[in-house]
Amino acid sequence: MTDATAGPDVKTGPTPDNAIREAEAASGPVLAADGTPLKRSLQRALRREKMRALMLISPLLIFILVTFIAPIADMLFRSVENQSVSETLPRTVVALKDWDYNSGEAPDEDVFAAFYVDMIEAEEFKIHTRLGTRLNYEHTGISSLFRQTGRAVGRFDTDEYTDAFVDLNEAWEDPVTWLNLMQVSGIEDVLPETASAWQSWSRIVEENNDVLAEEEPEDFLYTTLYRDLMANGDAVASFEGDEAALLQEAAAAVGEWEPVSLKEQFLDIDEDWADPEIWGTIQAFSPNYTPGYFLNSVDLQMTADGISAQPENQRIYLLLFKRTLFMSLMIMGSCILLGYPVAYLLSNLPMRVSNVLMILVLLPFWTSLLVRTSAWKVLLQQQGVINDILVWLGIVADSNRLVMINNQFGTIVAMTHILLPFMILPLYSVMKTIPPSYVRAAKSLGATNWTAFWRVYFPQSVPGIGAGSILVFILAIGYYITPELVGGTTGTFISNRIAYHISSSLNWGLAAALGTILLAVVLVLYWVYDKIVGIDNVSLG
Amino acid sequence: MVSDAANGAFVEFDRVQKSYDGETLVVKDLNLSIGKGEFLTMLGPSGSGKTTCLMMLAGFETATHGEIRLGGQEINNIPPHKRGIGMVFQNYALFPHMTVAENLAFPLEVRKMGKSEREEKVKRALDMVQMGSFGGRRPAQLSGGQQQRIALARALVFEAELVLMDEPLGALDKQLREHMQFEIKHIADNLGITVVYVTHDQTEALTMSDRVAVFNDGRIQQLDPPDVLYEEPQNSFVAQFIGENNTLSGKVTKMENGRAEVTLDDGEVIDTVPVNVNAVGDKTLVSIRPERVEFNKDRLAPDAHTLKAEVLEFVYMGDIYRTRLRVAGKDDFIVKTRNAPDQRRLQAGEMLEIGWRPQDCRALDA
Ligand SMILES: Nc1ncnc2c1ncn2[C@@H]1O[C@H](COP(=O)(O)OP(=O)(O)OP(=O)(O)O)[C@@H](O)[C@H]1O
Ligand SMILES: [Mg+2]
Repeated sequence: MTDATAGPDVKTGPTPDNAIREAEAASGPVLAADGTPLKRSLQRALRREKMRALMLISPLLIFILVTFIAPIADMLFRSVENQSVSETLPRTVVALKDWDYNSGEAPDEDVFAAFYVDMIEAEEFKIHTRLGTRLNYEHTGISSLFRQTGRAVGRFDTDEYTDAFVDLNEAWEDPVTWLNLMQVSGIEDVLPETASAWQSWSRIVEENNDVLAEEEPEDFLYTTLYRDLMANGDAVASFEGDEAALLQEAAAAVGEWEPVSLKEQFLDIDEDWADPEIWGTIQAFSPNYTPGYFLNSVDLQMTADGISAQPENQRIYLLLFKRTLFMSLMIMGSCILLGYPVAYLLSNLPMRVSNVLMILVLLPFWTSLLVRTSAWKVLLQQQGVINDILVWLGIVADSNRLVMINNQFGTIVAMTHILLPFMILPLYSVMKTIPPSYVRAAKSLGATNWTAFWRVYFPQSVPGIGAGSILVFILAIGYYITPELVGGTTGTFISNRIAYHISSSLNWGLAAALGTILLAVVLVLYWVYDKIVGIDNVSLG
Repeated sequence: MVSDAANGAFVEFDRVQKSYDGETLVVKDLNLSIGKGEFLTMLGPSGSGKTTCLMMLAGFETATHGEIRLGGQEINNIPPHKRGIGMVFQNYALFPHMTVAENLAFPLEVRKMGKSEREEKVKRALDMVQMGSFGGRRPAQLSGGQQQRIALARALVFEAELVLMDEPLGALDKQLREHMQFEIKHIADNLGITVVYVTHDQTEALTMSDRVAVFNDGRIQQLDPPDVLYEEPQNSFVAQFIGENNTLSGKVTKMENGRAEVTLDDGEVIDTVPVNVNAVGDKTLVSIRPERVEFNKDRLAPDAHTLKAEVLEFVYMGDIYRTRLRVAGKDDFIVKTRNAPDQRRLQAGEMLEIGWRPQDCRALDA
């Protein structure tokens, strides 16, 4: 026995590792020939290469950022974004802060006054319908309420104020008077509502390409002026800017006038404005960001007094999520069951035969998805080929043909067919790398065919199953076209609902929230899979 | 240890043929008897059918024709897992997803052996190959030589009486290979098992085997113990394949009392032992081992034929000198001499007379 091989693990003599260890053991950093630390000069030498590599991949990087990262970020943002309430009704949102939904009563006059100005401006810019649509997701009926109110808000009885002011002094009719008054610094402390309404007014005038100095002020300005004069009598009395006299004259007079209740004006349009639910909804969705879409996605809703379950007949999303998961798992399972033997066969046949078979496996890839799905319709429908054959064979009665399409069964069959190659290919490439000598060795050691397969071959093919399963499952969970075509009502996926919200109901926020949840579910499953199977046990060959 | 092939043969190939494609025979008419406890090596160039023979014996390939017997019983139709033959594969085929101990326990488990007995046997097998402390490792965490030991232990752990090894040392470096050759031989002798060993390393075949079967072109060219194989090759293929060999071509010009006189292509006449030449006029290749060539006149037999030779190249190799000569018009004639104190170092360009004992010079088929 020679010395060098005496002990299997004893290494004598220097190895490359030894050299490194010795170098590290020496005190201080290793220096290059010119005295700079070796690490730094290595970095410098590599920087150019790194820059060049970065430049080479930059088109791809930009492409991925633009087409992949950005849409996902946008989706995440949209799923919580809720600025339309506070943008459309800024004054109302502020005024509603002090209102308590639980009082069970509609808000007071101040809120309606703020709402009046907000609606005037929103109507002018036609954004009140958008807001109506948005809030309609949360409370059915709001959309038409807003549309109706938008039409009526310009014809309120507030012209009584206008007439009263003009009767008091002709100057109130002159836009220049207003312009002068509003240019006084500190006016927003004296006439806060008027100043705020004036800003809306100037935006409206500008939108219509008119000139402020020429446009007759509208009723709502007189209304806010009236309210300010009534509320801030003291401040007006000590006011000393342009038009101070005019203002003080009016302030002295307003007390005599008959007030016009804005609340009643709104109630005249629709009694619903007295409903605290409406105002509760507006209040609940005042913040710029809302969990509302996510709550909807899990069959909850955000109401004025907290989170509650959706009404029974509107709970669909949890069911859809469960169904999507269940059916994706079924599809994955049937892909494993069908794909494993095929992949096994492919990898054990002679090259020439397996190449031909491989073409058959890939054939579905070369046919249009729609054609394949439609083919399943032809096969599975009640007057379809399979039912015909079964009836002809006498297995099912003609009156009792099987329903195999437009339900879960049809979706699972069609999608298994479509996704099967994604299972077979990774399985095949993994099996291809398992040398036949393993099974032979197992047999020579006394294992039966089954034992050799189950104890030796199968464990080594598990990475292929893992890769195929992840691929199929993730593709299935987000699949859209096939369930849409053959899913009927019981076989549709969550993705069909997402598509509906994107293209039909235009509730993009909810679609984004559903999509985000789907993404999170996939990531969580991936994580679980990693914990249980280990992602390094996944191999594409 | 070499038992008589004729009676009590343990493994027998009887007129076995094998074809994969139905067109060419990869194994042609194989007849081979292996005695119990024998260490038999199949040696031959690549593609000569060694692995095929081994696979037929193990049951992974079916013989196209003929009978294979193990312990007197025909095994042609017995599936591999019932043959009870241990096997060491070329790439070891250790199951990567099992630890070393699990690999070794596998054949015992499928034989439904109890846990304690299993563990004991695994431990003994590991100790036998000096890998006692490696039971918990995965095959990927072992060096080539260590994997080789485990593969050997696994083939032996279920007490197979016949162990087949297909180039088990092919992947190891020279030093480790020599060491493992010794160890395999040692273990095989200790356990008294029968080994059929495939290699195309002739040194390995010569040092380990009781008998060597030299394969070429699907046939056994010669089946003999190593010394006979080396010193008395039966045909020119074996002579060329085993060890270094000088050949000179010529024609038999005289045959008498066990001698054949051969006239070489350039007209020189030499004495030879006829091995497979039959008659005067046969073409022949004359074979002489390089270490049997003598150029010191004092050591040559007085009646020996001598040939003129010119020294072309002298190579110092430590323990021996290797000299290349031009002899009878051929310039690849090698002479090997021991590096002894009285040995002369030849100079390139020197002219010599060389000769040999007639019995060292064998006339083989051309
Ligand atoms: N599965 C197979 N199908 C078809 N031909 C085969 C197959 N296995 C081997 N052959 C052919 O049979 C012949 C003998 O092969 P074999 O593997 O027995 O050679 P070998 O002596 O073991 O060679 P090596 O030393 O290279 O391992 C070769 O020509 C080979 O091409
Ligand atoms: Mg071989």
